[in-house]
Amino acid sequence: MTLGEVYCYKVNEALDTYNKKIAAAAVEDMVLNMGPQHPSTHGVLRLELITDGEIVKEVIPHIGYLHRCFEKHAESLTYQQTIPFTDRMDYLASMNNSHAFVMGVERMLGIDKDIPKRIEYIRVLVCELNRIASHLIAIGTYGIDIGAFTPFLWCFRDREHIMGMLEWASGSRMLYNYIWVGGLFYDLPVGFEERCREFVDYFKPKMVELNQLLTDNQVFISRTANVGVLPLDVAINYGCSGPMLRGSGLKWDLRRIDGYSAYPELEFDIPVGKGEMGTVGDCWDRYKVRVDEIEQSLKMIEQCLDRLQNELKRTPDFDPRAKLPRKTIPKAQDYYVRCEGAKGELGFYFMADGKSEIPTRVKSRGPSFNNLSVLPELAKGVMIADLIAIVGSIDFVLGEVDR
Amino acid sequence: MIFEDIKLLLTEKFGAEVIVGEETTGLQPALLIAPDQIAEVCLELRNNPKTYFDFLSCLTGVDYGAEANRFGVVYHLASIPYKTQLTLKISKENDRNEENLPSFPSVVPVYKTADWHEREAYDMVGIFFGGHPDLRRILLPDDWEGFPLRKDYKTAEYYKGIKID
Repeated sequence: MTLGEVYCYKVNEALDTYNKKIAAAAVEDMVLNMGPQHPSTHGVLRLELITDGEIVKEVIPHIGYLHRCFEKHAESLTYQQTIPFTDRMDYLASMNNSHAFVMGVERMLGIDKDIPKRIEYIRVLVCELNRIASHLIAIGTYGIDIGAFTPFLWCFRDREHIMGMLEWASGSRMLYNYIWVGGLFYDLPVGFEERCREFVDYFKPKMVELNQLLTDNQVFISRTANVGVLPLDVAINYGCSGPMLRGSGLKWDLRRIDGYSAYPELEFDIPVGKGEMGTVGDCWDRYKVRVDEIEQSLKMIEQCLDRLQNELKRTPDFDPRAKLPRKTIPKAQDYYVRCEGAKGELGFYFMADGKSEIPTRVKSRGPSFNNLSVLPELAKGVMIADLIAIVGSIDFVLGEVDR
Repeated sequence: MIFEDIKLLLTEKFGAEVIVGEETTGLQPALLIAPDQIAEVCLELRNNPKTYFDFLSCLTGVDYGAEANRFGVVYHLASIPYKTQLTLKISKENDRNEENLPSFPSVVPVYKTADWHEREAYDMVGIFFGGHPDLRRILLPDDWEGFPLRKDYKTAEYYKGIKID
């Protein structure tokens, strides 16, 4: 065999091993396909389960159904043109994606210190609004996975207010293309701050209701507490981040660690899983971290609104596009930017050649991709019904897993 | 620990030849590591109480241009206790023959994050990782031909007899 044949053989070997495993499992145990159309896989994810009766012996996730190769697109478009494509990664929290991407490009260009304060605060405001919307989906669909229908409708009702506001600002309901390199698409519309305040006042009691209905619900607790316990060392080793990592009890929030944008000037707590209902790192803890994060986001939104309505007030000559670079040609360098998206550490790795507006390589590190990779470890030896609870508690978006 | 200290620590442990070079011009300095020793270097950086790089943020497979015939992998490590970041790079020359993939050691025994990331790098750039437990394609179907993020990749016209447009 030549060297090349050895490689080919080795690569095919992995596929052969997998095929043989499935063939053997089909005789001894039962192979069950969960998805791609299963409602609780939240999109087009296929989980191949090797089951022994009700017990899941192994889970093999198959992803890629939504793959459109964001990275290839990014290699043929300029930095500004790529922003709409980042929106489509985690489409439940588009603002956070474009914020991360834009921050990376601005730092490479060296203009990140020149961005006016008002723009930074608007960015944080819309990002936190979008984080609430994303967490509401996570909570609502988690309820529906477990069998509670009402919270889903309540969450969607409240999320609709956020969608309406962001549509008012950007012109689009989900895929905003609002945050641009060096500025914003438009300033906030007149009256946005007031409407946002109204929403915060409206939404606070709704969260109390939601907690009464779902968080403290005994049926819900029985289904989620002590289920899918993710120990901290496993979570770190698998690269879990965001509510997944914080649910396992580690205070790790890049908004605080890296202190980017306007976050160092805002006061907020980092909720972590405490194991109130069971063990630290179980499904209930991960769920609770999201609920608590919504409260923290509301706190941040109020602080942003305070600043935006007082010292950073809208002025007639304020132009959010004033700092837009004429040419986005960064110096030849590599840069990895990370920030806290709605699901965890969202990173972009750029390789710029210093000559063109088009990057030579862009890699996106989606939090959902890494959070999902821990599923085979989490789901070893659980019941099939618990698997649904575990999958729901991870809160991934397939648009980001597959990119 | 700052960059120079990490360099010193690695050269003391593995000898001077482990660090092939460094890139310090950009915003994030990077260490170029000898490709064969990347797994040991990662293990040392993870376990040494002075560094504790316990979190692999990102792993990128890179094709350095159609003429260069050079492939590489970039590792972005983060330390949770020390709140520091480090970039490691490995690369080697290799021809573009798809029967002869560039091969690097896998870091899956050190960081489980690398499992899916290395599968993605194999899937997209065509980099073989020796010692990976399950190196199948991850985002593309198993019968896909070619590696789309290679610079010389030609878009397929047909997939299983279906015209792509």
